[in-house]
Amino acid sequence: MNKPINNTDQVKLSLKKRYFKEKVFKSAGLLAIGIAFMFLLVLLTDIITKAMPAFSQTQVNLTVSIDADELGLKDDSSREDFMAADFRQPIRQALRDRFPEATKRKVKKELYTLVSIGAEYQLRDAVLENPALLGQSVTMDFIADDDVDAVIKGAIDRTLPESDRRVKDQKLGWILEMEASGEVHKTFNWLFFSAGDSREPELAGIKGAILGSLYTLLVTLALSFPVAVAAAIYLEEFAPKNRFIDFIEININNLAAVPSIVFGLLGLAVFINFFSMPRSAPLVGGIVLSLMTLPTIIIASRSAIKAVPPSLREAALGLGASKMQTVFHHVLPAALPGILTGTIIGMAQALGETAPLLMIGMVAFIVDIPQSIGDPSTVLPIQVFLWADAPERGFLEKTSAAILVLLVFLIAMNAVAIRLRKKFEKKW
Amino acid sequence: MSISALLLLLAFLAAFGFLIGRQKIHLQYKQQSEKPRITTLPKYFGYVAGLVSLIPALLVLFVLHVAETPWINHQISEVIASEGLQTDLDLDLYLNDIKNANSEAEVAALSHDKQVIHGHYQRITKTAEWGKSAVVISLAVLLGLFALKRINTETRARLIFEKIIEWILLAAASIAIMTTVGIVLSVLFESMRFFGDVPVMDFMFGTEWSPQTAIRADQVGSSAAFGAVPLFVGTMLISVIALMVSVPLGLMSAIYLSEYASRSVRAVAKPVLEILAGIPTVVYGFFAALTVAPFIRDLGEGLGLSVASESALAAGLVMGIMIIPFVSSLADDVMSAVPQALREGSLGLGATRSETIVKVLIPAALPGIVGGVLLAASRAIGETMIVVMAAGLAANLTVNPLEAVTTVTVQIVTLLTGDQEFDSAKTLAAFALGLMLFVTTLVLNMVALYVVRKYREQYE
Repeated sequence: MNKPINNTDQVKLSLKKRYFKEKVFKSAGLLAIGIAFMFLLVLLTDIITKAMPAFSQTQVNLTVSIDADELGLKDDSSREDFMAADFRQPIRQALRDRFPEATKRKVKKELYTLVSIGAEYQLRDAVLENPALLGQSVTMDFIADDDVDAVIKGAIDRTLPESDRRVKDQKLGWILEMEASGEVHKTFNWLFFSAGDSREPELAGIKGAILGSLYTLLVTLALSFPVAVAAAIYLEEFAPKNRFIDFIEININNLAAVPSIVFGLLGLAVFINFFSMPRSAPLVGGIVLSLMTLPTIIIASRSAIKAVPPSLREAALGLGASKMQTVFHHVLPAALPGILTGTIIGMAQALGETAPLLMIGMVAFIVDIPQSIGDPSTVLPIQVFLWADAPERGFLEKTSAAILVLLVFLIAMNAVAIRLRKKFEKKW
Repeated sequence: MSISALLLLLAFLAAFGFLIGRQKIHLQYKQQSEKPRITTLPKYFGYVAGLVSLIPALLVLFVLHVAETPWINHQISEVIASEGLQTDLDLDLYLNDIKNANSEAEVAALSHDKQVIHGHYQRITKTAEWGKSAVVISLAVLLGLFALKRINTETRARLIFEKIIEWILLAAASIAIMTTVGIVLSVLFESMRFFGDVPVMDFMFGTEWSPQTAIRADQVGSSAAFGAVPLFVGTMLISVIALMVSVPLGLMSAIYLSEYASRSVRAVAKPVLEILAGIPTVVYGFFAALTVAPFIRDLGEGLGLSVASESALAAGLVMGIMIIPFVSSLADDVMSAVPQALREGSLGLGATRSETIVKVLIPAALPGIVGGVLLAASRAIGETMIVVMAAGLAANLTVNPLEAVTTVTVQIVTLLTGDQEFDSAKTLAAFALGLMLFVTTLVLNMVALYVVRKYREQYE
């Protein structure tokens, strides 16, 4: 056995081991990708399953008798009178009529929590719209309280012992009774898309956040697109080779890697404290985000401009166009699809950004839907952040649903960017 | 005049200048009996007239607008001094009520002193506003007239116009510099004020962090402590966990995608990895806080370990997944930059693919990979939302990944969100932390970019 073996044999002997190692290595690579895929899959399914309940809303069907005298209203009462009238009482009366067994004060109080506190406004709006309802008895759907909503959607386990359950036996009994008789039912949650933020999960919506995001992005786009394109044109077409230009390029590269929260500090110190711009406004948010997305768009625009072949420039120059005319009439239009793609990707980045906006006060609780870029508002990612922090259980599904809306917007923007690139991409 | 009305008026003046300028050249050309050889289209004369009137006016407007508030405050404090009124409060706070009183009822609600000041304030703001409008508009008109008077058919209007545009383009490119200067100045300036209160050494090497001051002096923790070491350690801990996840996974997926995967696998897997990079960090934060952290806690309890519900592990893991695409795309870049000849040489000598990768490709690409890891580290250090949502607030000095730690970014956010006056040591501390963060990431980026560039040149 001690016979000396030659190289070929030695290699052959080791082959099995080496092929095994090769296989292990290859599967390790596959595993790495697999893990990333798995994570993405788990993340998305987790959020989608959590979000689904938010798109339906539990309604309680009640017959309310609207007594004009008790409300102190007449047919010709002014809008202010309607606003001031107490519409809570008719709803409470309707609940008492529905469950006459509730006579004790405490039980009655519990009974009133079957519907949301928003129910009185629903009733008021219905009467405002149709004053003929005064003095009549109407049957309509009211938004259920978030606890009722949770029971109906199964988020609160009905089989748990009473002591472990958020909804006590008595209330659960009412809910089950109404469920059996079809008085509570689920509808599509339009309110989620048409309301602003609220302390009550069942009344909270994302319209305010969506509009806030929209205004912020408009400001970002209006500022960063022209500046970035101008900077890219200068750096690619006009810049002389000198220290100053090198310094600009180093700055752009570094800004691309500065943590976003630092831009928030800049916004707070410069725009809010020094220029005394309004806090929480899309205007300041947009400025900060445009500074943040500038490097992204500049870098993308530069590579798009660089991809335009020199022959195009030479032809234009040869026909007598000036340098400026060459760039603006020929190079820029040819590079535009690439620039737009980069811009959309930069905007998508800005849409998902949260940290810098926290710094400039866009984290406030804002119920009103913003009307302009100067109004206090919040944006979608911050709405997600705020709701994720809220203790009420009902906000969990709202948070996931808001994330889903945010992701839909992001996917749409990226899809547009990809289509744009596919459609207009020229191979020179 | 409001700022938007002023801007509109300036735009109108510029448009007017454009039309007149173009018309003037038209007429002049027609009247000349001996037609000169004209090299410029008439519109360029208009552009020059418009821009000459518009741009200086805009710049002056900007400067005046910035200077307005300090000037008003200065005037007001002189009035206060001359009237002999007592203001023990900070001037800004004192003026706040006065500035906010717009209706008569609100004015009537002010104290007598403040009503007097309010009158002066109204007068001063009026002066400032009218002064600003007058200066800007007259500047625009005068410069416009000057330009209109100077242009004639001999003017090389296109060259002037192109020079102006080139300067505008240069100004746009310089915004990157201004942003950096703005960041450095704002962070540095506030940090200096902070270090006036808290010695630098206490901040850099102190091990106790409790920025909350108690309301009464005799309570526990009556004086705030600003020792940032626990924050630095916490940041390092979470970043190291993130890198331990992302570097192997990112590197291996880059290797698989660039060396093994077929075209169709690549076509699917690359975009999916990019999706990971495109998901907003707040989504990762939500996932880390509500799904991963409880999962890890339950898992740990199953194994008999005590795991904090805001463990560093959960935040680090999720952050690591977030950085995977970042690492993998950088690694992909540097590995495809390795010349094909090296690969073929190694394979030709009988090495297997994995041997080629481990013994030839990775050593050749190592500087680039190190640069990529440094960039990833700077991303991890600066990442905010995941740690804000999933890591703790309490500054524990520990390296146990199962415990809750806090990070620099978490503290910046907690110190600056919420209502407090701007000048307290608490808010200034956030800027000092911001300075640390900025300097650290800047150094990491510089080194990384240098390493990557140096390496690329090697094979070019």
